[in-house]
Amino acid sequence: MDALIPPLLNGTALGALLLLAALGLTLTFGQMGVINMAHGEFIMAGAFIAYLTQLVVTSVNMSILLALPLAFLGAGLLGLLLEVGIIQWMYRRPLDTLLVTVGVSLILQQVALQIFPAQGVPVESPDWLDGQINVFGYGWPLRQAFTILLATLCLIALAAWLKYTSFGRRIRATVQNRDLAETSGIRTRTIDRLTFFVGSGLAGVAGVAASLIGGTNSQMGTQYIIPAFLVVVAGGIGQIKGTVIAALAFGIALSYFADWTTGSMAQVLAFVMLVIFLQFRPQGLFTVRTRGLT
Amino acid sequence: MSTIRTRRLRTALVVPAMIASAALVLVGCGARAGDTAEPAASGSAASESCVDTSGDTIKLGFLNSLTGGMAISEQTVSNVLHMAADEINADGGILGKEIEYIQEDGATDWPTFAEKTEKLLTQDCVGAIFGGWTSSSRKAVKPVVEEHNGLFFYPVQYEGLESSPNIYYTGATTNQQIIPALDFLAAEGVETLFLAGSDYVFPRTANAIIKLYAEELGIEIVGEEYVPLDKDDWTTQVAKIVAADPDYVFNTINGSSNVGFVKAYYDAGLTPDTTPIISVSIAEEEAPAMGHEVTGNYASWNYFQSMDTPNNPAFIERWQAYPGSSGVTSDPMEAAYISLYLYKALVEAAGSFDVDAINAAAIENEITVDAPEGVVTLNGENHHISKPGNIGRINADNQFDIVWSSDGFIEPDPYLEQYEWFPADVRDALVAAAG
Repeated sequence: MDALIPPLLNGTALGALLLLAALGLTLTFGQMGVINMAHGEFIMAGAFIAYLTQLVVTSVNMSILLALPLAFLGAGLLGLLLEVGIIQWMYRRPLDTLLVTVGVSLILQQVALQIFPAQGVPVESPDWLDGQINVFGYGWPLRQAFTILLATLCLIALAAWLKYTSFGRRIRATVQNRDLAETSGIRTRTIDRLTFFVGSGLAGVAGVAASLIGGTNSQMGTQYIIPAFLVVVAGGIGQIKGTVIAALAFGIALSYFADWTTGSMAQVLAFVMLVIFLQFRPQGLFTVRTRGLT
Repeated sequence: MSTIRTRRLRTALVVPAMIASAALVLVGCGARAGDTAEPAASGSAASESCVDTSGDTIKLGFLNSLTGGMAISEQTVSNVLHMAADEINADGGILGKEIEYIQEDGATDWPTFAEKTEKLLTQDCVGAIFGGWTSSSRKAVKPVVEEHNGLFFYPVQYEGLESSPNIYYTGATTNQQIIPALDFLAAEGVETLFLAGSDYVFPRTANAIIKLYAEELGIEIVGEEYVPLDKDDWTTQVAKIVAADPDYVFNTINGSSNVGFVKAYYDAGLTPDTTPIISVSIAEEEAPAMGHEVTGNYASWNYFQSMDTPNNPAFIERWQAYPGSSGVTSDPMEAAYISLYLYKALVEAAGSFDVDAINAAAIENEITVDAPEGVVTLNGENHHISKPGNIGRINADNQFDIVWSSDGFIEPDPYLEQYEWFPADVRDALVAAAG
């Protein structure tokens, strides 16, 4: 019984981090159909913003909290820049978008490498995350609980924003039928930009969480991008509840596999599981009609 | 068995190459061989050197990843090679010839390393190539330098079990870093050890050796965990370390994953007071980048910035003043610094830039370099250098207080042939597995 607890808790936290990375994709990829391979670098941008905030606000207890909105803004603006500068010309060419954003991701990695020390920068955890919660005798790192809390808050905020605000309604209207939405007076271009801003901003928040778990360096985004896309696909494109379930299931499975085998074997097993799942359910857990920008 | 076979095979390949270039030396040393050679039509033409030694410069190639993931580490190696070249040039060059270096970017991509090696050897006609970091990059370069009978100087501690007539290794092999670390643990009275590593050839090989030697020393291995090099999350594995409660954790993790490990370690409530980490990849540059102070943990290296040797203060001072310097010195960069001076010493002993003459001089002479870590001696047979084994304890300034040193310099033994606890069949299996 004892041995079953740590992987469950840590897997949930891992799933929560994955969910944070994937939430933005449910908007940009799920709702808009844009395959943005530079999403991982928006995560990186968020982590670097956490570091920069720490340089200005030297109290680590405060700086992380301050970094969250700043990272959302910073990464969101980067995303907006990408949408306005490049992606808006490519809405009907998904393959080109994919290739171009891979290029953008490499450019952003190199930019980070030029600005920051090559071995990465230290992002310190606040003191209030120093410690463990005792769960049936297992000292669960507080940081893990924080990741889950952060993911839950982002999830609630996003869901509420989509469901209850007029912006959210307009996004959903545009996704369901772009032409009808346009005829009803919705400025779909503004909606596209806003969706991209929020989706990229969420990656920035994920970056702050990631900076507390691993290294903050030019390469950090690459480890999240593929799992994040897979989670979105497995959950059913455009479906937030599907993404939540897929992210948690993937994280928990990964942790149990890692507990039973090794970290490397766990990656293999978790991806095999995902591939088998997609064989039988290529449309993912849930399906929705998207507007099909192609 | 297979070791002998591969070595024979290697000799079979190398001998014609040696004859070909020896003939070339007879034709006229110092002439531009490429001018007279047929374009690579015949098989032996590929191994002919086109190094131009007629002018007053000698071209050398620096091959480091300046982009991609390994730029993290290799940029520093590139910088210190430039510094060493500048120093040697200011001091009159090599055999009176000024070093003209050609910097190439390996781009953290192993086929690129092979491609650039080919380019440096056959188009730029460099006398030798310096660089590489990962074992994968070295293994990509190896067949190319062997085919063209070039020279490659590799500056990083690695898993050993290799020697090539065309490669000189200035970083530690396992008996100069891993074995001293275990000797230190044994001296500390350690009874249980947990192995945590990234999942690639160095940690796998190092841990295979650690397990054998630990058994010999009576240290029990209570766990062994691997996480892919590109994954940072160590939380699940650290939970296993907490459960196993070892005396020490032996860390062979590399790169950014180390940060994830260190964070997970402290977040789980582990501290160096109860469960110290001894690592073979955290040096002066990495220690401050962990996002958590790592004071009290240990590392096994041959060189530390804190070393009290005659050459070290001046070396540190020159490096700190050098443009693009990271401000701290560390083991791999010091080994890279040695590599250029080792080449200089070899060329001067041979009186020639010819590869076969250099290799012959390496065997006939006792080649030494007065390095920041002390006077290192080249083993002309296996092309590795002697090194002192040192264990450092990280202090509050992220520098290392040396707490243990080997009994003098350790002779390089890449195949661990002098260690009885290392069985021949394990050696053969590891050599075969490493390719």
